[in-house]
Amino acid sequence: MVSEACADRYLPETVQQPVKILVVGALGVGKTTLVGSVSEIRPLRTEETMTEAGAGVDRLAGLPDKNTTTVAMDFGRVTLNDRVVLYLFGAPGQRRFWNMWEGLAEGAVGVLVLVDTRRLEDSFEVLDQLELRADTPFAVAVNHFPDTHPHGEEELRRALDLLPTTPVVDCDARDRTSSLDALIALVEHATEDLAAREAAS
Amino acid sequence: MSSPGEYHDSPLRPYVITRGRSRPTRNTLRVDTLLLADPDRPLPASAGRQERALHRMCVRLLSLAEAAVHLELPVSVVTILASDLVDSGHLQARSGIPAAARPDRELLLEVLHGLRSLR
Ligand SMILES: Nc1nc2c(ncn2[C@@H]2O[C@H](COP(=O)(O)OP(=O)(O)OP(=O)(O)O)[C@@H](O)[C@H]2O)c(=O)[nH]1
Ligand SMILES: [Mg+2]
Repeated sequence: MVSEACADRYLPETVQQPVKILVVGALGVGKTTLVGSVSEIRPLRTEETMTEAGAGVDRLAGLPDKNTTTVAMDFGRVTLNDRVVLYLFGAPGQRRFWNMWEGLAEGAVGVLVLVDTRRLEDSFEVLDQLELRADTPFAVAVNHFPDTHPHGEEELRRALDLLPTTPVVDCDARDRTSSLDALIALVEHATEDLAAREAAS
Repeated sequence: MSSPGEYHDSPLRPYVITRGRSRPTRNTLRVDTLLLADPDRPLPASAGRQERALHRMCVRLLSLAEAAVHLELPVSVVTILASDLVDSGHLQARSGIPAAARPDRELLLEVLHGLRSLR
């Protein structure tokens, strides 16, 4: 099973601690592209069947199909040092997939929300849901497509009704450095958010 | 039904693979949990084909999600299989952050430094 060609699929055995970041956003906004730009492995894709109502395990019990959908999730991997590995999961942001990505967001460093300014309204639902969760830090990364109308940051914040503390960064998901910068902004925010929580408690 | 070598994920199959259970025995395994087989503990003769494949896949360190993709099995199924093998001591699990918790400051700074060093 472990051929030479597969040898690089494995992690160094010194790695002890996995962490994860979730990348969510509307259809075609650049989730897979961002994961691929940063990942050290070719992005991998899993497909799970889930019911509209609940978790993906329902069908394991052999239940006759409720409303089942197949949801594709892409992920990539970045070994950060000899102890820590980061997994990036890209998941669709629509309401019917919330059960899946809310599970993924548990214990995550945070969530990066990719936004296409041509379709801001596609991001409203996912942002509302993240603000409700409150316990998961998130940042907004704005992708620029060729026919994008330029939005000022303030205009965008107002349109998306963001909290003043939520970071907004520009991002070209095709560019590794730009994608890394968006992730860095998220982790900086997560660090500050944690400090603020600890100070408040 | 399916042609040889082709992967078909029928609704029934996972149920059969996991011997009728729909929940793993432990809930500490997550998609990013790292798995590693203990080379000194061969599986018992009673182990199923999928358990063997997972055990072989984890001859070196990788995450549950990666193992699932390489084995062409749903993550939910591999979670159940891995859970059994962890219980029986055949797989070692290095877990991610528990659901209710968040990474601590030290770990966040490690992530930050790691990402910055990649720029
Ligand atoms: N100009 C520009 N194009 C981008 C950017 N990110 C992605 N694209 C392009 O947009 C298209 C869709 O990108 P994907 O990464 O497949 O988007 P996705 O969110 O994974 O799409 P789904 O999984 O289908 O929802 C591709 O053709 C990308 O090359 C970006 O930041 N700028
Ligand atoms: Mg995609």
